[in-house]
Amino acid sequence: MIQQTVAATRWWRSIAIALVAIALAPIAAAQEAPDAQVKRVSEDVIATIKADPLIQAGNEARIREVMDTKLVPNFDFAKMTALAMGRNWRNATPEQQQKLTAEFRMLLVRTYSVSLTKYRDEKIEYKPLRAAPNETDVTVRTSVIKASGGSPIPMDYSMIKTDSGWKVYDVIVGGVSLVTNYRDEFNEQIKSGGIDGLIAALAAKNKGAAAK
Amino acid sequence: MTTRIANWARAVALVASLSLAGCAAAPSKEDPFEPFNRTMFEVHEAVDTAVMRPLIDAYVAGVPKLVRTGISNFFNNIDDLFSAVNSLLQGKWDQAGDQMGRVMLNTFVMGGIFDLASDIGIERGHEDFGTTFGVWGFPQGPYLFVPIVGPTTVRDGTGMLVRLYVGPVGFIPDVATRNILYGIGAVDLRAQSADAISMADTAALDKYRFIRNAYLQRRAYLVNGGKPPNEKDDE
Repeated sequence: MIQQTVAATRWWRSIAIALVAIALAPIAAAQEAPDAQVKRVSEDVIATIKADPLIQAGNEARIREVMDTKLVPNFDFAKMTALAMGRNWRNATPEQQQKLTAEFRMLLVRTYSVSLTKYRDEKIEYKPLRAAPNETDVTVRTSVIKASGGSPIPMDYSMIKTDSGWKVYDVIVGGVSLVTNYRDEFNEQIKSGGIDGLIAALAAKNKGAAAK
Repeated sequence: MTTRIANWARAVALVASLSLAGCAAAPSKEDPFEPFNRTMFEVHEAVDTAVMRPLIDAYVAGVPKLVRTGISNFFNNIDDLFSAVNSLLQGKWDQAGDQMGRVMLNTFVMGGIFDLASDIGIERGHEDFGTTFGVWGFPQGPYLFVPIVGPTTVRDGTGMLVRLYVGPVGFIPDVATRNILYGIGAVDLRAQSADAISMADTAALDKYRFIRNAYLQRRAYLVNGGKPPNEKDDE
């Protein structure tokens, strides 16, 4: 009987601790510096890949899980889509904007998933953040160092402060901005087939149609 | 007086609208030979699928990783020599010193097949004749896609020709040896870029355009000293 009470008390205590942890989590997330966040997420993902040979073998379900739980929450896909659309974004209806964001998000997730399977013991070097504490738009700079030697590849994350913490809105690899690269492609699709044409092209691409 | 100001303002507005129109047409300004380039791109893709990819697969499967890394390092070491020369041509003395140090260290230890310099923290540079011409202010010229070689511009292509002309590898008198070295160099380069190319396959709506944009962004970044345009040189 006493044992049961003790067990029950323990149970209640762990529930209470869990509730406090959940309540504090958003605060911790909001207060985490953007460079610390990039480091935490990167190291976490690398540790997960290293521990799971299925990911390196290309197991879709496992990759999907890593993407959804660890990476996707750190991105602001609506902002990425708006930036890639440029001035065309304002011409899109809210419904089109929603569809565009969903399709572009899927395309980026798929692309990122492919690069996860390519991970081969690269190390990441985190550069000190050069930004005033009150800034809400920063660039977190890192450098990817291949295990087999060769030049380190600079990989920078443009991040914006939101109510739910810092979010990545562009990735710049070796001076090549992902968003800028898509802007021209999007523009061209819109020129030939309108915004709906772009949505259709993205959807077709996501369904596995080859790039032409 | 007022009319003159009005006229002047009208002229400024006209120029501004013309230059904005110019911006909208920018892609064709960078790539005036797009139809021709696209044909060359198709040729490249066909050759790549039929010849290069099977060759790369065989190379990766048949040659041990240690040897492949050695081959990459050997060719990188030659690139580094040119990076040093071009750093000098651009007046980047510190960088030139670093690159020269890399080449000397790596060459004298096992003829460049180990990249000891990277292990001790001397990073590779990215200068070539193309970036030198860019730093000197030569215009980029039209974008070109050359089968096997890949994306380039008139400026970068001229740089490549200068590079091929002055060697080394070019100086090797025995034509057969030289051609074998060129061949291995090409396979090595394609193997090194295999991951990036497979990423373009997944990411691009229009692969030709995707590669062009990435190439032009990359080259602009390198000519700009490896920094985004708005950043000051404070390192």
